[in-house]
Amino acid sequence: TLRVIYTTTVVQRKNVAASGPEKYTEAFIKKQIEEFNLGKRHLANMMGEDPETFTQEDIDKAIAYLFPSGLFDERARPMMKHPTEIFPEKRKIQWGEDGRPFHFLFYTGKQSYYSLMHETYGMLLNAQKYQDQMTAQGFPPEKEKKNLPGSRWLTKVELEEMLLEKLSDHDYSRFIQLLQKLVTLPYGNVEEKYMQKFSKEIATQLQKVVIEPLKYDEQGVAFSTGEGQRKTARATAVVYDNGSGKITVNGVDVLHYFPVLQDREQLLFPFQFLDRIGKHDMICTVSGGGRSSQAGAIRLASAKALRSFVTEKEVEFMRQAGLLTTDPRLKERKKPGQEGARRKFTWKKR
Amino acid sequence: DDRLLAEPLGHPDFFNVQELFSLKDLFDARVHLGHKKGCRHRFMEPYIFGCRLGQDIIDLDQTMQHLQLALNFTAHVAYRKGIILFVSRNRQFGHLVESTARECGEYAHTRYWQGGLLTNAHIQLGPGVRLPDLLVFINSLNNVFEPHVAIRDAAKMNIPTVGVVDTNCNPCLITYPVPGNDDSPTAVELYCKLFKMTIIRAKDKRKQKEVFYELQ
Repeated sequence: TLRVIYTTTVVQRKNVAASGPEKYTEAFIKKQIEEFNLGKRHLANMMGEDPETFTQEDIDKAIAYLFPSGLFDERARPMMKHPTEIFPEKRKIQWGEDGRPFHFLFYTGKQSYYSLMHETYGMLLNAQKYQDQMTAQGFPPEKEKKNLPGSRWLTKVELEEMLLEKLSDHDYSRFIQLLQKLVTLPYGNVEEKYMQKFSKEIATQLQKVVIEPLKYDEQGVAFSTGEGQRKTARATAVVYDNGSGKITVNGVDVLHYFPVLQDREQLLFPFQFLDRIGKHDMICTVSGGGRSSQAGAIRLASAKALRSFVTEKEVEFMRQAGLLTTDPRLKERKKPGQEGARRKFTWKKR
Repeated sequence: DDRLLAEPLGHPDFFNVQELFSLKDLFDARVHLGHKKGCRHRFMEPYIFGCRLGQDIIDLDQTMQHLQLALNFTAHVAYRKGIILFVSRNRQFGHLVESTARECGEYAHTRYWQGGLLTNAHIQLGPGVRLPDLLVFINSLNNVFEPHVAIRDAAKMNIPTVGVVDTNCNPCLITYPVPGNDDSPTAVELYCKLFKMTIIRAKDKRKQKEVFYELQ
């Protein structure tokens, strides 16, 4: 005998909102691709073009011509694109006609992540078994450092993109721990190919600034060039050896170009720091900026040029004195509602 | 088609699962060893043969009967193309259980069990999912030594369960409990081998019968 189970209509009615976004079967996507190709050929015929050489740009132009729309948002206008661009990936249904899922870990929820963990753990077990075999035969395990500092593991976002699944921080850290354990084991050569899929190379940054060697001109006098900038002024300086301390700026003598003592002091500062005041000649060109900024630019350029004449220790002293650093200060912009960059309007109580 | 499905139901042991294991095999795989008597669960007392030096010994005669019933049931489910889900929360044998499931062509879940996987499947796994038709527990406790949530959920969703119950487990809601050790590597390897062989046998039998009835 059958017993009647009493339920409400609420339970029986299908909750459409809670069922989530639509999932597409592979057959559905294939049909969409066929329809798209057919439609492309029809469109080409309609526009009088050759169906074989009808590109995506031609399609967009044709659609814009046939269906003119005044909508502002580009994504709201009528579009005809390849179905792989319209239907997002990983929305295909994961089971076949009879209902059996394709992947053996489907019922866990995160099938690609867990299958990855399963595979990596399998590799770990293989490595341990191989190591045991080699120790049984008598070969001691070698300790090699394989991880050069130029490689890093994939980030969480990159791994999510690779697996097309959402991960949690805990999951990601567990996976990285597994990979690091695999690296530390000896006999990881077989698994290196597998691990390369999950590591990326960082371009090694040059930490040492290359000091240019001295160049020699026609008379055999050593010289070197340097470039410098300050605010808007840009300067290039050529420092010659065996000189008498003469400085030429833009073809003019320094006393004429910089009448103010402060600017000339700025130019002499690098030479004074290195005790080479009367030993070098300098010819420089400068443009832009004002009086003081041009002086600062030439100072930086001459200091950079002097690096080639001087030992590494003295270069370090110059760097610590601040002679080799470009001054990053620029004129700050004036803001609306204020009189200047920082000055506010006078505050009146009434 | 009806004859295909009705034929195995006539025989008590259509797939001859009795020949897959013997009492000596169970003893060699240390299936009879239970936990200490302090860990004993009240409902496991009928299945325990006795207690030696504080360690419980499981009655292997009862285990033989229960195992034969359980394997027969899984064979029938596999013959009728049901979905079998292996569940085990033991970290030591997770990889083994997953590889067993993959080789059978069935499914496994040896990871953290998310709350609504069976009861809320239409939202979590997608609308129109087919739920498993049989759950096989290689270890029916989770990592906190509590009964696995899947036993209760399967009972709620009317899904039959087969499970290896140790002396500290609750055999109540499992439809085909198999009292036996679930912590030794040899015992777990034996269970995996037995389940794999029954499922493969049942599937082969099904293919044979389909060909046989198509020829007629």
